[in-house]
Amino acid sequence: MVAIADSVPKPAARFRFILDRRDVLGSILVAPAVLYVLLLVGVPFLMAVYYSLSAYTIYDPSWRFVGLSNFADIVENPVFRQTLYNTFIFTFGSQILGLVLGKFGALVLLRPFPGRKLVRALVILPWAVPIALATVAWEWMFDSLYSVINWTLIALGIVTRSDAPNWLGTPHLAMLSVIVVNAWRFFPFAIVIFLAGITAVPQDVLDAATVDGAGFWRRNYQIIMPMILPIVAVGLVFGIVFTFTDLSIVFLMTMGGPVDATSVLGFSGFQTGINSGDVSHGAAISLFMLPVLLVVVVAMLRFIRRREI
Amino acid sequence: MAAVSTRNIVKKFGEVPAVNGISLEVPNGEFMVLLGPSGCGKTTFLRIICGLEQQTSGDLLIGGDIVNDIPPRARGVAMMFQSYGLYPHFSVRHNIAFPLRTQRVPGAEIKKKVAWASQLLGIDHLLDRRPRQLSGGERQRVALARALVREPTALLLDEPLSNLDAKLRSSARQEIKQFQQRVGVTTIYVTHDQVEAMGMGDRIAVIDRGQVRQVGTPSEIYDDPADRFVATFVGTPPMNIVARNGGYLGFRPENFLPKDMIKDAAFTEFKFRVDRSEYLGSERIVYGVLEGFDPKDVITAKLPPAHVADEWIRPGDWHPFAVRDSALRHFDNHGKRTSRF
Repeated sequence: MVAIADSVPKPAARFRFILDRRDVLGSILVAPAVLYVLLLVGVPFLMAVYYSLSAYTIYDPSWRFVGLSNFADIVENPVFRQTLYNTFIFTFGSQILGLVLGKFGALVLLRPFPGRKLVRALVILPWAVPIALATVAWEWMFDSLYSVINWTLIALGIVTRSDAPNWLGTPHLAMLSVIVVNAWRFFPFAIVIFLAGITAVPQDVLDAATVDGAGFWRRNYQIIMPMILPIVAVGLVFGIVFTFTDLSIVFLMTMGGPVDATSVLGFSGFQTGINSGDVSHGAAISLFMLPVLLVVVVAMLRFIRRREI
Repeated sequence: MAAVSTRNIVKKFGEVPAVNGISLEVPNGEFMVLLGPSGCGKTTFLRIICGLEQQTSGDLLIGGDIVNDIPPRARGVAMMFQSYGLYPHFSVRHNIAFPLRTQRVPGAEIKKKVAWASQLLGIDHLLDRRPRQLSGGERQRVALARALVREPTALLLDEPLSNLDAKLRSSARQEIKQFQQRVGVTTIYVTHDQVEAMGMGDRIAVIDRGQVRQVGTPSEIYDDPADRFVATFVGTPPMNIVARNGGYLGFRPENFLPKDMIKDAAFTEFKFRVDRSEYLGSERIVYGVLEGFDPKDVITAKLPPAHVADEWIRPGDWHPFAVRDSALRHFDNHGKRTSRF
């Protein structure tokens, strides 16, 4: 007679195939990202919210709750209102300029010409070069004495040496300068966005428009642009969020000057909260970005969904 | 509406000729089908007519005028594309109106014409939808309405039915043909589907490797093919071709019948060994070889199943078959049609 042994389940086997379970594996793989967001975004954000409601400075690190008085202080400050206005000008000015440059760059790069691949690689450089290096180069180009831009304008006879513009020393020109530098940084990204969009438009649609009698401009602005608008809008959301929160170009080129003409929210928050040690007011300034960005992003996303084709 | 004619059109991509000297006359109001296998240059030829491609050499005449250097928008031709090329971000109304708006037609006139075109094609209830909300057949009709709304000199259609399912295709075939007869517009229709070509064309131009092999009515193309290519390209199953006396002999499968079914006095007899047969309901296709000919030449016979019993066609058996002499076609050793040897 043959005795058939009962199979005894080994306790260790319970965990042997644990990684084959989708829910377990999924949680393990997503955990680092969740931790990252919670620890490096969530916690600092909550701390910023608390700082902005307290009287915390590095000289008096108390956590005394003061309500919304920090916000009331900064809103009453005309320099802050100037900063808020500057931030909008800086963001939308550089985005519009970047988009226009990106659109034309994409149209140029779509046409075959000798060396196109090289140009395509080079055009990405402004985006890839470390911002500090690029900004230093631009600073020299806008320098009051050695500006190569002024030198060119003088050589062309457009301005004389005596009334050559002082790019970083005049409020409006300084704002124009930081906008130009930021647009220069942004436009390779815009080119990539436009190239991706335009090449995704079916050739049949473009041919149909041509046969239907649409010329270059009508094809571009009545067919291609509306069709790629959702893609461009996503790119624009990224651009707006990054620019609105950016302080590097202003910090490196103008330090917010002259007389706060180029001060933006990120820079002002950093100056007040870190450099001056007034953490609570700095946090309040920075938190002003939140509602603005929230409205912009929600509006853009709703627009994209409505335009989906 | 106008006649379209081409004189020795050549189009080369680099060194490769896609269109290799096509001369074609399409009279006013004719439905001309360009039929050929994939990559034969028929679509390129169509794109040259509407101006999307510039020919390397040769002349294109629309309504008697040479239009070689006239841009697409000024040629007045309309084209319907394989995937329709509808503007996804426009409503149907806006899609149909677009060719008129580019011509700066006044608003009231546009409204009238859009209403006319949409009623003609039975899509007036869809005017406010977007293309993605339409079925394949509806999209095709919108594309046709858009092509017709500005009353083009010629209508060019590039495989317009290839995106429809088989059932829809046959009704759309009917519709396009009826519609073309009603409007009377000169039409050039590109397809690789011989059923479409035979069923719709007033005349068919069979194209191969960038050249026209034969132009003729569907029955001329089918009954009197100009060469071996046309003979084997048109017809399912294609014409049987066997080598004989330094030339070729061709006969259609439906003319290749058991000897006792042939009533004519003049016929040519063959011994046929059946290899396999397919019963297709309305017909039976029998495959086999002929005695005394190259066994690599597979011969097909299309038999009416009612007249031929199942057990009669036994694989491996030799049967007496025959073709009426009037149904035999002769080709020379270059494949060109000859009347006799």
